[in-house]
Amino acid sequence: MSNTDIIIHDEKDNVGVVVIEKITPKQDCNCWIMENDKSISIKSKDEIPLGHKIAMADLNEGDTILKYGHDIGKVVKNIKKGEHVHVHNVKTKKW
Amino acid sequence: MEIPKSFLGYKRENGRAGTRNHVIILPVDDISNACAEAVANNIKGTIALPHSYGRLQFGADLELHFRTMIGTGKNPNVAAVIVVGIEPKWTKRIVDAIATTGKPVEGFSIEGVGDIDTIAKVSKKAQEFSMWASEKQREECPMSDLWISVKCGESDTTSGLASNPTVGNLMDKLEPLGVHLCFGETSELTGAEAVCEKRGKTPEAQAKFKKTWNDYNDFILKEATDDLSESQPTAGNIAGGLTTIEEKAFGNFQKIGGCQFIDVLEPAEEPTKGAGLYFMDTSSAAAECVTLQAAGGFNIHLFPTGQGNIIGNPIEPVIKLTANPLTAKTMSEHIDVDVSKILSREMNLSQAGDELIKSTLRVANGRLTCAEALGHKEFVMTKLYRSA
Repeated sequence: MSNTDIIIHDEKDNVGVVVIEKITPKQDCNCWIMENDKSISIKSKDEIPLGHKIAMADLNEGDTILKYGHDIGKVVKNIKKGEHVHVHNVKTKKW
Repeated sequence: MEIPKSFLGYKRENGRAGTRNHVIILPVDDISNACAEAVANNIKGTIALPHSYGRLQFGADLELHFRTMIGTGKNPNVAAVIVVGIEPKWTKRIVDAIATTGKPVEGFSIEGVGDIDTIAKVSKKAQEFSMWASEKQREECPMSDLWISVKCGESDTTSGLASNPTVGNLMDKLEPLGVHLCFGETSELTGAEAVCEKRGKTPEAQAKFKKTWNDYNDFILKEATDDLSESQPTAGNIAGGLTTIEEKAFGNFQKIGGCQFIDVLEPAEEPTKGAGLYFMDTSSAAAECVTLQAAGGFNIHLFPTGQGNIIGNPIEPVIKLTANPLTAKTMSEHIDVDVSKILSREMNLSQAGDELIKSTLRVANGRLTCAEALGHKEFVMTKLYRSA
């Protein structure tokens, strides 16, 4: 098995979680989808630290972020596939 | 792994079993802390449980104070109790309720006597209780004598990926053995509240959960100056990669595995519907939550952490696990179980669940947790509103 750099909870998710110390820009990353045990790959655009999320697709302002197969917030600034997804471009839909 | 059928615990007068054998000096109110702490200094084998409240409370807030005091004294991890208050009436109410368990309990009040003579009188009784409790022996107890509470803290995305699901795996494996289980953290289910509601085993349990969460949310909308984004997620959560409360909530929710909850408990309420999973309405602040769960009668606690929460409790041992490899390395003295190999896929969830069961049993049998060895005894009352 090749090393896993990113874990994705659910096949529907549009973000994955970095599980190595960090990924660097233009790194070819191995992703593992927990739900169905499939492997896919992605090229990163940003440096992303352990535990932080990477966009698995291009996302536009107003789009819903899916993780665990569930709605965890909305995109507030366009995000390109492979970019870092966090508080600078995603906000809660609560409050 | 074949799951063991028993652990070594302290059998109590009321049929419950403890994983610990504490003699506690319980102050009714803030101004009795000094006396309780002086006694615990005098008499070896006793611990004082100082806290900040207990005066001029009223209504539901006062009832919660009593429920927390009484439940702490009744917890099977406590062999014997001395209650010390400024005046006799509230002291007696707590003593009488703890006495229903059959365990040794005495009350003392300070008014009209003063600290020094009270300390002398309490110390004599505390010495008697401590020496009596020291002869108690651990005996074989069925797994169903374990009452396990769970709460996560300083969570990050590794909590939702691995350490919380490890707790969920343990729940799935231990629930059929008749263990009592409890999760809480009303605020941290925000975003996952509709999914959580459906995990109620009965329409009544579902309706009770919905009302509890709605009441909490109404309170937040009324009291919050803007929103909770300053504290939910916390700065630690955000550093760990968690972006929104919804993301945190779905991670949090992994702790109950595939279990359904049979009832919703008030804060510090003792479950009465038999073995199985309960939801308790609690704050998500670690020390407040665990204090309430211990007062509900839970005798061992599992605490998954991402960035490294260090909480302990004076009477309920708190076992910490993490899946964050950096936390496991940099804060190793706080971590009882390292499940970070799940992230590198060198360990699967079921193996991690088995490791957690083994560690839980070692602690139930007497092994000190990291938090116990480091002296963490956070005993924090939940206050519903200001005092009169």
